[in-house]
Amino acid sequence: MATIHVDGKAYQTRDGENLLDACLSVGLNIPYFCWHPVLGSVGACRQCAVKVFKDAEDKRGMIVMSCMTPVKDGMLVSIDDPDARRFRAQIIEWLMLNHPHDCPVCDEGGECHLQDMTAMTGHDYRRTRFPKRTHRNQDLGPFINHEMNRCIQCYRCVRFYRDYAGGRDLDVFGVHDRVYFGRQADGALESEFSGNLVEVCPTGVFTDKTLKQHYTRKWDLQMAPSVCVHCGLGCNTTPGERYGTLRRIVNRYNPEVNRYFLCDRGRFGYEFVNSEHRLRRTLVDNEPVERSEAIRRVADMVKAGKRVIGIGSPRASLESNFALRQLVGPDRFYQGFGEDERRLMAKIVDILRNGPARTPSLADMEKADAVLVLGEDLTNSAPRMALALRQAVRNKPMKEIAAKVGIPEWSDAAARTAIQDAKGPLFIVAPTGGKLDDAAMATLRCAPNDAARVGFAVAHALNEKVPAVEGLGEEQRALVEAIAQALREAKRPLVVSGPSCNSEDVVEAAANVAWALCEQGKPCELSYVAHECNSIGLALLGGGALEEATAAIDAGQVEAVVILENDLRRRVGQDGRGGRSGHGGSGNDSIAFVLLDCLAGEEKRGVYLPAATFAEGDGILINNEGRAQRFVQVFTTDDDIQESWRWLVDVMVACGRSEAAAWRTHDDIVAAIAQSIDVFGPIPRTAPSADYRFAGQRIPREPHRYSGRTAMRAHVNVSEPKPPEDVDAPMTFTMEGAQTKPDAELTPFFWSPGWNSIQALNKFQEEIGGPLRGGSPGVRLIEPRENATVCFFDRIPPAFQTRAGEWLIVPTRHIFGSEELSVLSPAIAELKTRSHVGMRPEDAETLGLKEGDEVRVELAEDQVSLRLQIRPDLPRGCASMPQFLQHLAGLTLPQWAKIKGK
Amino acid sequence: MTTTPLTQNIRPGREPLSLKEYEAAGGYQALRKAIKELSPTDVQTMVKDARLLGRGGAGFPTGLKWSFVPMGPDAPRPKYLLCNADEMEPGTFKDRLLIEGDPHQLVEGMIVASYAIQADVAFIFLRAQYDRGAERLRRAIAEAYSAGYLGKNILGTGFCLELQMHESAGRYICGEETALLNSLEGRRAIPRTKPPFPPVVGLWGKPTVVQNVETICNVPHIVNGGVSWYRALSRCEDGGTKIYGVSGKVNRPGAWELPLGGVTVRQLIEERAGGMRDGLKCRGVLPGGASTDFLVEQHFDTPMDFKSVAKAGSRLGTGTMIVLDDQTCPVGMVLNLTHFFATESCGWCTPCREGLPYMENMLRAIEEGRGEERDLAALEEHCRWLGPGMTFCPLAPGAVEPVQSALKYFRDDFERHVREKRCPWR
Amino acid sequence: MLTETERREIEHEVQTLGHRRAACVEALKIVQAHRVWVDDEGLRDAAAAVGLTTAEMDNVATFYNGVFRRRIGRHAILVCESVSCFVCGCEKLFEHLKKRLAIDAGQTTADGRFTLVPICCLGCCDRGPAMVIGKDLHTDLTPEKVDLILERYS
Repeated sequence: MATIHVDGKAYQTRDGENLLDACLSVGLNIPYFCWHPVLGSVGACRQCAVKVFKDAEDKRGMIVMSCMTPVKDGMLVSIDDPDARRFRAQIIEWLMLNHPHDCPVCDEGGECHLQDMTAMTGHDYRRTRFPKRTHRNQDLGPFINHEMNRCIQCYRCVRFYRDYAGGRDLDVFGVHDRVYFGRQADGALESEFSGNLVEVCPTGVFTDKTLKQHYTRKWDLQMAPSVCVHCGLGCNTTPGERYGTLRRIVNRYNPEVNRYFLCDRGRFGYEFVNSEHRLRRTLVDNEPVERSEAIRRVADMVKAGKRVIGIGSPRASLESNFALRQLVGPDRFYQGFGEDERRLMAKIVDILRNGPARTPSLADMEKADAVLVLGEDLTNSAPRMALALRQAVRNKPMKEIAAKVGIPEWSDAAARTAIQDAKGPLFIVAPTGGKLDDAAMATLRCAPNDAARVGFAVAHALNEKVPAVEGLGEEQRALVEAIAQALREAKRPLVVSGPSCNSEDVVEAAANVAWALCEQGKPCELSYVAHECNSIGLALLGGGALEEATAAIDAGQVEAVVILENDLRRRVGQDGRGGRSGHGGSGNDSIAFVLLDCLAGEEKRGVYLPAATFAEGDGILINNEGRAQRFVQVFTTDDDIQESWRWLVDVMVACGRSEAAAWRTHDDIVAAIAQSIDVFGPIPRTAPSADYRFAGQRIPREPHRYSGRTAMRAHVNVSEPKPPEDVDAPMTFTMEGAQTKPDAELTPFFWSPGWNSIQALNKFQEEIGGPLRGGSPGVRLIEPRENATVCFFDRIPPAFQTRAGEWLIVPTRHIFGSEELSVLSPAIAELKTRSHVGMRPEDAETLGLKEGDEVRVELAEDQVSLRLQIRPDLPRGCASMPQFLQHLAGLTLPQWAKIKGK
Repeated sequence: MTTTPLTQNIRPGREPLSLKEYEAAGGYQALRKAIKELSPTDVQTMVKDARLLGRGGAGFPTGLKWSFVPMGPDAPRPKYLLCNADEMEPGTFKDRLLIEGDPHQLVEGMIVASYAIQADVAFIFLRAQYDRGAERLRRAIAEAYSAGYLGKNILGTGFCLELQMHESAGRYICGEETALLNSLEGRRAIPRTKPPFPPVVGLWGKPTVVQNVETICNVPHIVNGGVSWYRALSRCEDGGTKIYGVSGKVNRPGAWELPLGGVTVRQLIEERAGGMRDGLKCRGVLPGGASTDFLVEQHFDTPMDFKSVAKAGSRLGTGTMIVLDDQTCPVGMVLNLTHFFATESCGWCTPCREGLPYMENMLRAIEEGRGEERDLAALEEHCRWLGPGMTFCPLAPGAVEPVQSALKYFRDDFERHVREKRCPWR
Repeated sequence: MLTETERREIEHEVQTLGHRRAACVEALKIVQAHRVWVDDEGLRDAAAAVGLTTAEMDNVATFYNGVFRRRIGRHAILVCESVSCFVCGCEKLFEHLKKRLAIDAGQTTADGRFTLVPICCLGCCDRGPAMVIGKDLHTDLTPEKVDLILERYS
């Protein structure tokens, strides 16, 4: 620790930290642009100037850039010094010379860091009389709007996009006062993290193009703390609503999970909430009915003693799955995963709960110093994790090269110069991928079996108790040795795997590697990807597989099915193989259907109960780490929509079920879950209960500048309706309430006086980049078993053998396309991957095929006609097909197939 | 021994010496001596004791710079020696003389300097448009390779050095040593964060020393002639000779090698450059290239050494002065300079990227009769906030030096422009 | 597509420099030497040859003033506008060139012969005003001298 004296007052800060970070951490205000908490310091904008004095005798002092100055104990600093103030004002004047005065029509207005810093600096008069520089803008695709005239050349965009996220198509061009930030030519940005430019840019150069379609100022949005539903990582988000439609998503800092950044699926997938495909009314056989009528119908079914089964969902909240399980009984509750996935997820949960390896948070993963990725194309299956690992590879060179010549981690440009291309160990062994390869030390593309075998062999190399793998090729043996050595030498080794290969062997091999180290008393972290937002919650809850449900239906043992937020077509296919059971059924008219979903199905027979999305309801999701996180309802609607768990509780109450009578609020059902299932015991701690108060008040969802409240409904009724009451969270659907900074779990938005942009976050952290005041949102439910007896997996799969004239079709996943809800957002739809079969260029050439040709794929039980996509990343003997893309749903992959040109 | 070691071999018309001729004139003897009789540290010590200050403009002690390079078996490899031949400072043409007139001298200097820091690879970073120099250097390097002065196992000593030449694609900022490193790596020539300094973290992250052409050309002579001889060449506490130059409306513009500090501003103009042309009067000079403060009549007896010129309120810089005569508009002159610096800003830091064009706009307004009283105050303010420490690199602090001194010494001219709403010289 | 010669020259630079990306400036100069300027196609191919994306290549290309990313004439006339040449009257010379060629700075003559490019300094301040055409340096210029020189370039 060090003591620094700023304008005569002493503060405690960390030694060696940069002065800007230190001052912001203790709550002082210094304006800045190019510095960013995780992008570090580069000294370009010169905005954060302060004065430092040699000693008490020194009256002149010296102006320094606080971001480039390391803290030293006893340092004398002045932010208020007149020279420093004048210099900072001069910097703003220069930056504003060419900045258009278009704040009223700028999307950034009202949450603009440049506005905030201009006000903070006191620059309020325009002296220049010279013409402004202008630029042409580019079409950067469906996510990002470009307005270069507003640019203040802080270089943050390229530093994030290029240096931090590894993008190679956004850059800076030109020189002197004509530098230009954009692409070489118009076109959609290629990085999966481009949306972060919206928050990284301190002004309105890069803004959210989806927001532009239904633009609303930050201060006019109703917001609540939420969790992303588009993959299993559980990134924290802040959705904003106005006039009943969701307007946008911005990042909500969680120091343990997503920290400062989201992926584009998470940021731009939200528009499904406003989709025309939404189910908004209660329907019985396609006719609208009263809510009570629908509830009565379902209750009658249950009361009549019909044999009712329930099919849960990995994208529904824990509460909803639990409520369904309660309604139908645990024996009649099916998880809603296909058999393969159910088995894989059960295995993953078992490994994490009963093995010795700890499941790390994303923030932990960023600190790893050696990483093995087995069987995952992370950029597509868990994008934010790929971004985290991209940072992890910097740890080793940072310590071994930069630190040795005295470069602190925050001195970003200097560190990158010293490190050059040096990387810490990251090894990727997977059938497909590519976007993370440039960060990897070595990549092996191989069939799932071979990936598992490499894993098993690494485990054996680390620990002789693990059985050896016979018959590895030379290349594989060398790689195994390199991986083993890197993991052995690491202080924080990490193994990442997941269900994407549909291979239990891969999952087991990954566990073996981590356990091989753990067994020797060396902690190794083990992370598994989960594909959906509550996959892990559902796996923890247990229940049968979908195939078992359809078998029961086919056996005539079922009279009614309740399907929870699940499009079964995607999991078991459209045809006879399980049928589109839910949304229509397999032609079995004697079965009654009850569907709870936010989306309308194509077939309308049965009872349809419109379910709330994350934006219209409350719930808990459990991410791949095993972290239970609360999402809070953002807005209320006039439709019939409510949370699935509420519908199910209503049904149970209508059935006269006594236990459900007490479950009127979110707190009630959470308490019931916690009491009835051990592993969920801690979930009430995910957020304060609804009766919690801050200084005697609730937390408002609307900023205190929210406008138009008395007028926004005047065209319907001039008298303002009473605002809805929130029974589930200690929040209001108004602007009234506590104006303090609430607990982290309940922070609806980041705002602080003088800090209108998202960078107000500084004021919510205990220190910059550190924990939030009041803790990190979420409760970990899975911890490694202490003193676990390690029982290594020993079923080593045979080596992959190519077949003449046949290909092993491996499944691929796609950031834009594979997830069901986000593809309903127009922006995502524009970029989504189409159905295709992927082939190696060599194979395509042999068949005389080229990109885009239509080919016939002959599977064991199926024939499909698909467009060909050339994929140089595929291993020999393999081809690929996307899992979960519309008409390829329900395929069991991998499987062998013949591929023929038409 | 000669008193003009750097230019002793340069012929009128600058026809360069071939390898044979250079050897016959005593060339490559310093290399033989250094590499066979002296240890690398010995050479470093000689250069340090000789008090050779960098001739690129900043005047940093060369030996001291070398002493920061990690030596010994554990030092990171490869190490690099770079010759900064990116002579783009307006008004500066001294390195051209050395490169074109005696390329082998530079090559030998490179080898000896590389030996002193145990560099494995050396580069000459030559500015664009020095085509003649490029051709001559290329020939000299090839000759040195074939004579065994370069490459593997030089003169049988085991010392190895690869020497390459890179021609710049053109940017003044490439002359800033860390920007030069980025340029050589195939990046935009943006200056780097300091610390770390190049001797520790340089080209490709490895230890690197960057020296100006003239500096390197001095090294063989220090080794040959010895420290005391070298120090005796100068007329001040720092060692050696200096190539001084004069441009502008003088009778005989040119460059001359003279004892460091052995000449005053007036002597240079009157005695060397033959006085002012056509009865013009000298109103002031930029003593060391475009990025130095004006010196005026009262300073003309200042000896041209680092300390004395600094005392007079300017910098020796590159030692090549530009003369302002009484028929040239000082406002137009600083406008020309500011335009140059604004255009050559790399665009990285705010003050330089935005402040210099703003100054240029104001100066142009004044020059074209659109100036306002407040512009003068604003210009002064700019000079302050573009000063040392405020910007990322020394480009802008250098750029404001002529402006701030012009505002001081030629204030009347500025005010006349504003008052009369025109340029009195047009 | 790069020509065989261009490809060979670029690969030679890559080998000499030992770092592929370091050859990017050389690669641009090579393309320019063969094509007078660097068109989008040349940029793309040269980028691929040194392992960069077109964005990364243009990032470098647009920084240096010796790389022409716009079509220029057969001969670029680089007119020195440094301070020494200014003192010696380069402004008048520049005006003369503009009038004589009927183009402004940065423009190309209608017959595609000349492009007029101001340049910051040519390093022959003792012999200003000066200009470079192709690889030829011309010094101590006067309008009359310039007219004679121009006739030598077709």
